[in-house]
Amino acid sequence: MRRYRLVAFALIAPSVLLIIVFVYGFIGWTTWLSLTNQNDIIVPQVRFVGLENYIRLFHNLRFLIDLKNTLIFALLFIPGSLVLGLAGALLLNSGIRYEGVFRTIFLMPMALSFIVTGVVWRWLMNPSSGLNLMFDALGLGFLKNGWYTDPSIGIKAIALAAVWQLSGYTMALYLAGLRAIPKELYEAAQVDGASQWQFFRFVTFPLLTPVTLSAVIVLGHISLKIFDLVVAVAGISGGPAFSSDVPALYMFVTTFQANRFAQGGAISIILLMMVSFLVIPYLSWSLRREATE
Amino acid sequence: MRKRQWVKGMALALAFMGLALGQTGKLEIFSWWTTGGEAAGLLKLFDIYKARHPGVKIINATVAGGAGSNAKAVLKTRMLGGDPPDSFQVHMGHELIDTWVTTGFMEPLDDLYQKNGWDKVFPKGVLELLKWNGHYWSVPANIHRANVLWYNKAIFEKYGLTPPKTYDEFFAIAEKLKKEGIIPLALGDNGIWASTHVFETVLIGVLGPEGYKGLWNGTTDWRGEGVRKALETFAKMLNYVNADHAARSWDQANDLIIQGKAAMYIHGDWANADFLAKGFDGYGWAPAPGNVGIYDALSDTFGLPKKAPDPQEARWWLELLGSKEGQEAFNPLKGSICARTDCDASLFNPYLQWAMKQWQTDTIVPSLAHGAAAKESWVAAVNDVMSLFVTSRNVAQAQEMLAQACVDAGVCKQ
Amino acid sequence: MRRSRLLTLFIYGSLLLLAVFYLIPIYVLVVNALKDYREVSVEAMWRLPQNLTLASFAKAWNGDPTTGMQGLGQNFLNSVYLVVPAVILSVFLGSINGYVLAHWRFRGSEVLFFLLLFGMFIPYQSVLIPLVKLLMAIGLYGSIPGLILAHVVYGIPITTLIFRNYYAQIPRELSESAQIDGAGVLGVYRYVIVPLSAPGTVVAVIWQFTQIWNDFLFGVVITNKPSVQPITVALNNLAGSFIVEWNVQMAGALLAALPTLLIYILMGRYFIRGLLAGSVKG
Repeated sequence: MRRYRLVAFALIAPSVLLIIVFVYGFIGWTTWLSLTNQNDIIVPQVRFVGLENYIRLFHNLRFLIDLKNTLIFALLFIPGSLVLGLAGALLLNSGIRYEGVFRTIFLMPMALSFIVTGVVWRWLMNPSSGLNLMFDALGLGFLKNGWYTDPSIGIKAIALAAVWQLSGYTMALYLAGLRAIPKELYEAAQVDGASQWQFFRFVTFPLLTPVTLSAVIVLGHISLKIFDLVVAVAGISGGPAFSSDVPALYMFVTTFQANRFAQGGAISIILLMMVSFLVIPYLSWSLRREATE
Repeated sequence: MRKRQWVKGMALALAFMGLALGQTGKLEIFSWWTTGGEAAGLLKLFDIYKARHPGVKIINATVAGGAGSNAKAVLKTRMLGGDPPDSFQVHMGHELIDTWVTTGFMEPLDDLYQKNGWDKVFPKGVLELLKWNGHYWSVPANIHRANVLWYNKAIFEKYGLTPPKTYDEFFAIAEKLKKEGIIPLALGDNGIWASTHVFETVLIGVLGPEGYKGLWNGTTDWRGEGVRKALETFAKMLNYVNADHAARSWDQANDLIIQGKAAMYIHGDWANADFLAKGFDGYGWAPAPGNVGIYDALSDTFGLPKKAPDPQEARWWLELLGSKEGQEAFNPLKGSICARTDCDASLFNPYLQWAMKQWQTDTIVPSLAHGAAAKESWVAAVNDVMSLFVTSRNVAQAQEMLAQACVDAGVCKQ
Repeated sequence: MRRSRLLTLFIYGSLLLLAVFYLIPIYVLVVNALKDYREVSVEAMWRLPQNLTLASFAKAWNGDPTTGMQGLGQNFLNSVYLVVPAVILSVFLGSINGYVLAHWRFRGSEVLFFLLLFGMFIPYQSVLIPLVKLLMAIGLYGSIPGLILAHVVYGIPITTLIFRNYYAQIPRELSESAQIDGAGVLGVYRYVIVPLSAPGTVVAVIWQFTQIWNDFLFGVVITNKPSVQPITVALNNLAGSFIVEWNVQMAGALLAALPTLLIYILMGRYFIRGLLAGSVKG
């Protein structure tokens, strides 16, 4: 048996090694970088500067705007995707005809790349075309706005595009959750004379709570990492007055355009810490739950 | 090291094999000249090159988008990755010097300057910007002017206006036009550099050429009266721009002049080429307000990276670029004037002829937005300030951030 | 549960409304990509094309030498050269890892699994700088093989997860009886697990294919020359230069979307399974 285990371990060793180097080793490397003065292409003398790069960030107006944008994005994107996803899943699960057709349409955006949808949304949300034209034609002129070109909207417009693209994900999750509810429960509820609303409120909804939790974690970590969509819609400068800018984009520009490697490293480590706060408890919770099953 | 030697040997062997096959070599030229007149000018240069050096295969490595910012990012990774092109487009001044020369990535070109007598045909102001540590590092292909006021002639005639020479005149005209329902000043700062560009002309106009140049070596105080006044003036100008400026690119802002929706546009003289390409001739030009007698210059130059795979072919390219034949072929198409002072004026359109005259007499200052005045990270920091300022118009905050940017650039003391 | 007519109306009405919401961008994408150049104007964005033409696709694919616009054809092929080996390699690794973690648990294998999974969630920004430096050092920077390496490595967590969850459903008795017959670790994998792997493999292949084809961040950071860039990066550059007509941008976007869209429409079921696997509990 022991020999078997050794062989088994040898089989996954290459992958483990790769992950140790490319994930944990690299994170360590970036962390070290972020604590030094390597803020130019060539730095004559590499020096340890402690938390200087981090402290600078929290005095940097652009970074503070980015953090605020991330929060606004999450507050619109997560509930938006949850509500739309749940509504869609309930509709799809209500014994309708052509369910397959509707489902295919609803989940289609998931198959597209952020860049593709970003290119389309850039034109849809251009002030002189797209949705504004449609609002005019429908007599909804009061809805017209500057979208991502208006500094007071900015990231909210990006959140709309993101909800469009990723609400299908929550829909798929909820649909799977609904399908997992045993048929007998419905029958029992009917015998008890429960109304549809009561059934949803006291049976379906509680059973969907773990699904909601998964969705919130996944959508939450996407909110922290969002990058492609912003680039494709608002461009690399993050829109007027950084109204669409996000930390991931700022990191990219700082590192690969301004050559401020240590500063960029610091942004990415802050991002990593925020993601970890969200994901580590969730991961250990779901692995433990799996183990006890 | 041993392995490198071996690779070199292999490369050499392959090069000889190429010779045997009748191919004398290749040349990879990197630029962001992908469209319109600048692409046409580049291709024209390639044609001349091919005639001079038949058998050299030219690789036209261009990267589109972002007014060169995409290209610069690509170039950076290639240079750092030890895979440079044979020669690349880079703005004259600090963009080249601080990014690539001080860091030791470039080959000095003193021999080419001597051989071709370039230190006599390029003006002194330009030679100074090309030099660092006593050596020349790149060859200028052209000169663009940044501080031009473009205007729609029909509108100016209709209301009996003349191009404003001072800010007071500018604001008087702007107020009048605004009442008539015409956009006084076009702006397209979808790429924020377009705002930095206008602000730069205001800095020049308010501080004067010496005061402006002093900003970049620490002799003019960023916290002083002058910068504050420039910010206030720029903020006031922003009251007169089109509401959708953040959605427009620079050429889409130019369209407002063409369509007669806007009266004035402060932009570089590539706008001239854009007017011509779009078949519009109802435009006039003048120095930007407060900029009379000052030539805010930028130049596209090409240099030779140390690790260029085909240095001989690259040197031929640079010689062509600096030659009278090359400059006269390229610049009329690109819509810029020659960096040389001996080009034939009759080859150029009326605006460029005007610019060539001014070039001889004006005081030359380096452009900030286009990499001549300050290093890239400093320009990026000013762009960040502008991105906020255009919306907030918060003068005190912007001035403090600008002062901090100078400190971060290592030029100003805390 | 029988429904009132009103409720039925409400349900179908809402379904149609949702369908419109999800289809609007697709409509704009397809309709404008098919338009003649003369018909293209921002004002006519919503109108159906009067003459159907594939000219925009031709231009998006080939580029336009007169304006110096580079076509996406080469980049489409780059994406193919990238995706095919990357998917094969990462699915292979995922299958082996999944097998070991599902059938040969050892001390610490849970911790190992946790460490693997966490790699799925990290913001890749936190590894980008070292990744670039490493690829430069080993001479893979700026090349498709370098991009393949990145995708294979960072694809290990999700493919491992997909296969582990899938193999966990294969009864232990099967592998145990094979062991009694004298099969070793590799033997069980070869003769018991691999023949049963088809559905899990399809899920993993589709998932990785979609992820890698749609990736932008690794592409934009690792491949610097337009001639080796994958299609998402080239498309973003194309759309970023305002000189390119927007019907050509739409056609380019559709070209970039086509492979994943086709897979989704043909094999949507497996696609969704991969999606669900991503939320850890399969």
